[in-house]
Amino acid sequence: MMGFLFRFASPQAFYRLAGQIIPWLVGVGTLLTLAGLWIGFFIAPTDAQQGEGYRIIFLHVPASWMSMIIFMAMALWSFLGLTFKTRLSGMMTSALAPTGAIFAFLSLWTGAMWGKPMWGAWWVWDARLTSELILFFLYLGYIALTSAIENPARRDKAGSIWSLVGSINVPIIYFSVIWWNTLHQGASVSVTKAPSMAHQMLIAMLLMSLAFWAYSIAIAFYRVRTIILQREYDAHWVQSLPEAQ
Amino acid sequence: MNWNSWSEFFLMGGYAFYVWGSVIVTFALLAIEVLWVLNARGSALEWVKAQRSISE
Amino acid sequence: MNAFLAILRRDLRVAMKRKVEVLSGLFFYLVVATLFPLAIGSDLDILRKIAPGILWVGALLSSMLTLGRLFEADWQDGTLEQLVLTPHNLSLLVLAKILAHWLLCSLPLVLMSSILGLMFDLPLDYAWVMMATLLLGTPILSCLGAIASALTLGLRGGGVLISLLVLPLYVPVLVFGTGAVESLAAGLGVQAYFSILLAILLPALFFSPWACAQALRVALE
Repeated sequence: MMGFLFRFASPQAFYRLAGQIIPWLVGVGTLLTLAGLWIGFFIAPTDAQQGEGYRIIFLHVPASWMSMIIFMAMALWSFLGLTFKTRLSGMMTSALAPTGAIFAFLSLWTGAMWGKPMWGAWWVWDARLTSELILFFLYLGYIALTSAIENPARRDKAGSIWSLVGSINVPIIYFSVIWWNTLHQGASVSVTKAPSMAHQMLIAMLLMSLAFWAYSIAIAFYRVRTIILQREYDAHWVQSLPEAQ
Repeated sequence: MNWNSWSEFFLMGGYAFYVWGSVIVTFALLAIEVLWVLNARGSALEWVKAQRSISE
Repeated sequence: MNAFLAILRRDLRVAMKRKVEVLSGLFFYLVVATLFPLAIGSDLDILRKIAPGILWVGALLSSMLTLGRLFEADWQDGTLEQLVLTPHNLSLLVLAKILAHWLLCSLPLVLMSSILGLMFDLPLDYAWVMMATLLLGTPILSCLGAIASALTLGLRGGGVLISLLVLPLYVPVLVFGTGAVESLAAGLGVQAYFSILLAILLPALFFSPWACAQALRVALE
């Protein structure tokens, strides 16, 4: 089993595998998106308290989830890379980061768009939004660090170390922000409190989450293939690729 | 089906700015990311070709 | 153990020759603390309320600014490479450097915070709690910052990069540190906050030197 997995740890094998998987992910992702948006915007009923405005959650919640899942995936690849010293792991971690950062930003943006009509302010310092903001900073930090290092081996290792350090701290950060929020409760209400959900709403949210997941994997695979091309450019197998003729 | 007409759909019960503001920014950013990634691959392939010409 | 003490003594001695570097961090703290009342107004009721937060953030920023220099000097004159190559446990040597840095740069901030508290009319018992949280919290900041400093060794934009990397990680320390004073103000106990800070400090003291050692080896390859 491990042998089977390790075969794909070589950039060449992974390049080919990822290339085969991407079209499927694009297809599945597109279908999921269309289905999710259809149910979310045309089938799911109006909410009693939040009117039509609640429909933002079909984008906000999947974006939040992906921003967190991707950060964990980066930590997993980092751990694998540092343990097994595989080059591909560092490449995958870098490939995931920009997408994660974008989803973190979208989570904040849609969160603000949802919060303003519902609670009157573009930003309220509730625990979830504040944690998401800090997660966004963690992504920016990783991207800044890896952008500043020219040597690819050092870049991968340093990025992996920092990704792990960040991930270990995320639960502590989340816990501390919740604590801080309850300390200063005052008038703040949780912005991300979803309306009591009709089942069509749940289905739409699930479909959109899966859609974003398919998208993220596809984009990360696509990006890692480019990174592989840049790093392994003088390998014979790269020079012989049909797309490189 | 919730909507009686297209204009109702676009109005989103008065929340049009917020809902469409979210939808547009989301899909715009993701579209930009896709274009960026496609472009990066193109540049990388050009570069690989150039490297081969140099070494030949 | 001897190596640990040797590094500690050496770093302290070297810093004593360059007192300016050590004092500038302290001066920065003083200036920052002075700017806030100037910006916000001299209403003592408001200042008393925001004092713990400002004094904590000021100490945090000051200690963060000096972190860039933790490994810099040794790296530039080749000492760092020697340290990595010695048979001694690199984590232990790093711990010595972190301790030296904390004694020189952060401990003065902790002591100064009590004096600055006077500028904000902070009641004495609040000031004591604040100092205690700083005493527990600043070593954590040093430990986390050291990792960032080791990772960014020799990179352009090092100082700012360290700040960007490390500020998200500082949030829990800041929250629990200032939370203790808030809790005191609300008439609740502060025990829990000290326990949490201690619970973060002990693993940090153990894990950070090790992570720094890994980062330094990576940077020096």
